Amino acid sequence: MTLNLTRRATLAAALTGAMALSLGLVRAADDTIKVGILHSLSGTMAISETTLKDTMLFLIDEQNKKGGLLGKKLEAVVVDPASDWPLFAEKARELISVNKVAAVFGCWTSVSRKSVLPVFEELNSILFYPVQYEGEESQRNVFYTGAAPNQQAIPAVDYLMNEEGVERWVLAGTDYVYPRTTNKILEQYLKDKGVAAEDIMINYTPFGHSDWQTIVSDIKAFGSAGKKTAVVSTINGDANVPFYKELGNQGISATDIPVVAFSVGEEELAGIDTGPLVGHLAAWNYFESVDTPENKEFIDKWHAYIGNDKRVTNDPMEAHVIGFNLWVKAVEKAGTTDTDAVLDAIIGLETPNLTGGIAKMLPNHHITKPVLIGEIQDNGQFDVVWETEGTVPGDAWSDFLPESKMIEADWTAPINCGNYNTETKACGGAS
Amino acid sequence: MSVIRLVISMIATLLLLAATAPSMAQTDPLQTLVQALPKGGYAEREKVILDLAGTGDPRVADVLGALGKGDLYTLKDSGTVIVATGRGNSLETADPLTGKALGAVDKSGLDKIRVNNRLRRAIDSAVGQLTLMGKDPATRLAAAQSMLKTTDPAAIGMLDTAIAQEDDARVKTAMEQARAAALLKSDAALENKIAAIDTLIAKGDREALAFLTGARSGASADLLPAIESGIKSIEDKLAFWSALQNVWYGLSLGSVLLLAAIGLAITFGVMGVINMAHGEIVMLGAYTTFVVQEVIRNNFPGLFDYSLAIALPLAFLVTGAVGVAIERGIIRWLYGRPLETLLATWGLSLILQQTVRTIFGPNNREVGNPSWMSGAFDLWGLSITWNRLWIVIFAMIVFAVLLAVLNRTPLGLQMRAVTQNRRMASSMGIRTPWVDALTFGLGSGIAGIAGVALSQIDNVSPNLGQSYIIDSFMVVVFGGVGNLWGTLVGALTLGIANKFLEPYAGAVLGKILILVFIILFIQRRPRGLFALKGRAVDA
Repeated sequence: MTLNLTRRATLAAALTGAMALSLGLVRAADDTIKVGILHSLSGTMAISETTLKDTMLFLIDEQNKKGGLLGKKLEAVVVDPASDWPLFAEKARELISVNKVAAVFGCWTSVSRKSVLPVFEELNSILFYPVQYEGEESQRNVFYTGAAPNQQAIPAVDYLMNEEGVERWVLAGTDYVYPRTTNKILEQYLKDKGVAAEDIMINYTPFGHSDWQTIVSDIKAFGSAGKKTAVVSTINGDANVPFYKELGNQGISATDIPVVAFSVGEEELAGIDTGPLVGHLAAWNYFESVDTPENKEFIDKWHAYIGNDKRVTNDPMEAHVIGFNLWVKAVEKAGTTDTDAVLDAIIGLETPNLTGGIAKMLPNHHITKPVLIGEIQDNGQFDVVWETEGTVPGDAWSDFLPESKMIEADWTAPINCGNYNTETKACGGAS
Repeated sequence: MSVIRLVISMIATLLLLAATAPSMAQTDPLQTLVQALPKGGYAEREKVILDLAGTGDPRVADVLGALGKGDLYTLKDSGTVIVATGRGNSLETADPLTGKALGAVDKSGLDKIRVNNRLRRAIDSAVGQLTLMGKDPATRLAAAQSMLKTTDPAAIGMLDTAIAQEDDARVKTAMEQARAAALLKSDAALENKIAAIDTLIAKGDREALAFLTGARSGASADLLPAIESGIKSIEDKLAFWSALQNVWYGLSLGSVLLLAAIGLAITFGVMGVINMAHGEIVMLGAYTTFVVQEVIRNNFPGLFDYSLAIALPLAFLVTGAVGVAIERGIIRWLYGRPLETLLATWGLSLILQQTVRTIFGPNNREVGNPSWMSGAFDLWGLSITWNRLWIVIFAMIVFAVLLAVLNRTPLGLQMRAVTQNRRMASSMGIRTPWVDALTFGLGSGIAGIAGVALSQIDNVSPNLGQSYIIDSFMVVVFGGVGNLWGTLVGALTLGIANKFLEPYAGAVLGKILILVFIILFIQRRPRGLFALKGRAVDA
C-alpha cells in the first residue's frame, strides 16, 4: 500500500477522480503548495523514519489549520524509498519533477543523503535533513537541521572529561561513515586534550551486530586500568538493544563505566527494559522530558494528532519542526516557493526551538542548537543533567581535523561556496 | 563603646536563640536535611547527602538507598519528601525516616528527586559506610563491596574496627580487600602496603588489577617491584581464564546459531526446500513471546517469570500452523523447482515482515527478561550471564528432542522414509503430502521456539529474521545438508571460531574471515562436514 502511494494516487486520479487523495491532486495544480516527504516506511530504517513521516504530516496539518501558506493549502506527498539507497535518488527525482514539490523533508542515514545530493543539485530543489550527522559537508540545496559533530559529540566528551573525570575512552561504533568520521574527529580532539594513544580504544562492529559478549568484556578489561573509563557510542539502530542488554547482564553500571550514546533516543529505548541502564547517557539537542511550555504544547498536540499518548517524541522530530517552521518563514518572506528566492530568504531567519531557545539558520546551512546531556531513567526517558549555556552554532567542517580546519561554508555573497578554503582564499576544499 | 558592643552581641545572641529554638523543638535535624534533598541543583544535593551521611544515623542508609534507587519523591502539593514504591500509576507512599505508610498516591501528584552518576557514587559510598556494621551479613557484604569501589583512605579506621568485629569469613575477606585497596591509596607504611598488595593478588580479578595498575603511577621505588610482580601474576591468571571465557562465548554464540538454524536443518536439510522465509518464522516466534508477555503484564503480573514457559508451546503452535499453511498454500506447488521456491519464499518473507510492521509498528517491542534470566554469576575466573547459560541449555534440549522425534517416533520414521524415497514410501501406504506438511510444520515450529529464545538477547522488531537467515544457511550448509549432528557441530564450530577471531581481527573482519573460510571449505567438501551417503543423495 505504502510502496507506491503517489503513483497509485495519480492513477486513481486519472481513472476515477474519486477518494480524498485524488481530489487533492486534481485541485493541486493551482491552489496548493506541495511538500515532499522522503522517509523509509518499509525496510530496516522504517523503525526510525516512520515517525518522521507522521511528524511532517502533523506539521503540515497544523499549518493548514492556521490558514496554509501564501493563501494556499499545503499538501503532503509521501513516497517510500524502502531503506534502499539508490531508490532514495529515484524517489527524490519523482517528487521534484513529477509531483513538483516546493521542498522535500527527508532522509535519515548519511548514505541516503549522499545518494540524493546530486538530484537536488541538478533539479535545484530544497532538502531539509533532520538527523545528527558527521559533518564535513555543506551543499547549496540542503539544510542540515540535525546536529553537526561540534553540536553533539564534542560537548558530550567535554562533559565526561570535566564532570565525570574520565581519562580513558572507548570509541565504539557501527562500521559506516558517520561513526568513522565522528570517531576520527573525537580521537583528534582527545589527543589535542592530552589523552595518550593507549588510553583510547576504537572498536567497530557490523550493522545489526547482536553478539556483544566479547566486546563488552573487552570494554570491562579496558576499564580496569585504574583510570576512570567511559564509552562513547556511535552504535546505530538495532544493534543498541543487544548491546545495552549485554552491558546490563555483565553488570557494567553507569557509576563504573558510563556509556554516552549519540544515536540512542527515546524511540530506541522503547524496546528495552531500562532498569539496568539508569545513569547511562545520551547527547542530543532535544529530549522529550525537557520542561518548557513550547515542548509541552508540542507533545500535547502531537498526541492528539496521532491519537496515542504513548508515542514518544525525539530529537530528529524537533529538527523537522524547526526546519519546517524556518521554511514556512522563508517562503513568507520571499513571497514565493521558488527555490532561489527561498535559499536567499532563509539565511539568518530565526524560530523558537522546543527547549526554550532560538534556532537560527546560519550561512553554512546549519542551525544553532543547545546541547543537552541526558541520563537514562527507568521509565525510558532522559533526564537532562547538563546543558550548554545558550546555543552552539553548527560547524559544517570540523576545526579538529587537519584536512578540514581551514574550510568554511558560506552560502551568502560574496563567498557563496560550501567548501571555501580560508588559506588559499578559493572555493573547492582542501586540495 | 564596649558596653554598647556587649549589649549588641547579647541582643544578637538572644535573637539567634529565639530564631533557632522553635525549629529545634519541632523537627529533628535529620528531618530538616531530608526535606532539603529536593532543593537546588546536583551540587547542593551532593552536599546534603554528605551532611546526611555525616550524622551517622542508621536511618539515613534507608533514605539514601531509596534516593539511589529513584524511589524518593516530593508531593507536588506540599513539597514533602516521601518514599514511593510500586508499578503503574498509583504508588504506595511512606515516610522516609519512620517508614510509616502514608497510603497510595497517584503518580501525577509526585515529583521524582533526580540523581546523576556523581550523586549515585556519593550515595553508594555513604550507604556503604553507614551499613558496614549492620546486622545482616548480606548488607555488610554489600557495604564492603561498595567501599571497595569508592576506596576512601579516610575509611581505613572504620574498616579496621569492622574487621575486628566480623565473624563471617566472606564478609571479612571483602572488608580486608576494601581495606587493602584503600591502604594502597593512603600514605601508609611500606610493609602495610606490601601486605595490601598481597591481599589484592589473592583477590586476583579485574578489579584487583585495576587497583594495582592505578597504584603503579606515583608508587615509590621500593613499592614498584611488588606492584609490578602483582600485576604480572594477575595478568597471567586472567589470560588463562580469558581463553576459557572465549570458549564459553563461542559456545553461547554457537548455540544461538544452532537455534536459528535447527528449524532450517529440517525444512532445508531434510526436505530440501530453500525457505527464505525461515528468518521471518523465527521472528513470528519472538512476537508470540511479546504478545504473551503483554497479556501477562496487563492481566496477571504475578506470572511474569513463567511467561517464557507459556510462550514456548504457543510459539510452536502458531509458527507450526503458519508453516503448514505455507507448505499447503505455496511450497507444495513448487517441489522440484528450487529457483521458484527461493523466489516465492523470499517474497513471502517480505510479506510477513510488512504484515508484522503494520500490525505491531516498525519499532522494537520490549520483551523483558524474567528475573532468572537476568544478571551474571562468577564461576572460578569466568563470568557467565544467566540468559546465555539458559540459551545454551535450551538449545541442547531442543536438539535432543528433535533428534529423538526424528529417530524414535513413527512420524520421524515416515519423514525419513519420504525424504529418502518418496515413491517407495507412498506405495507402502504413507500419505506423503500429509507428511510433507507436518515436516515443514515441525521445522517451522522449531524455528518459532528459537524465536522465543532469541527474543531474550536480540531486538524484537520486524527485521529480526533478516539478521539470522544468512547465518542459518551458513550453518546448515557447513554442517552438511540433511544431518542434524552436522548442524550441531557446524554451529558450535562457527561460534567458537568467530569468538577466537574477534579479539584479534575485530567483529567486522572476523565475520568476513569466517565467510571466506566457509567458501573455501565448501569448495573442498561440497556436501559439508557430515555428508549424507547413499542413494538419498542422488534422489
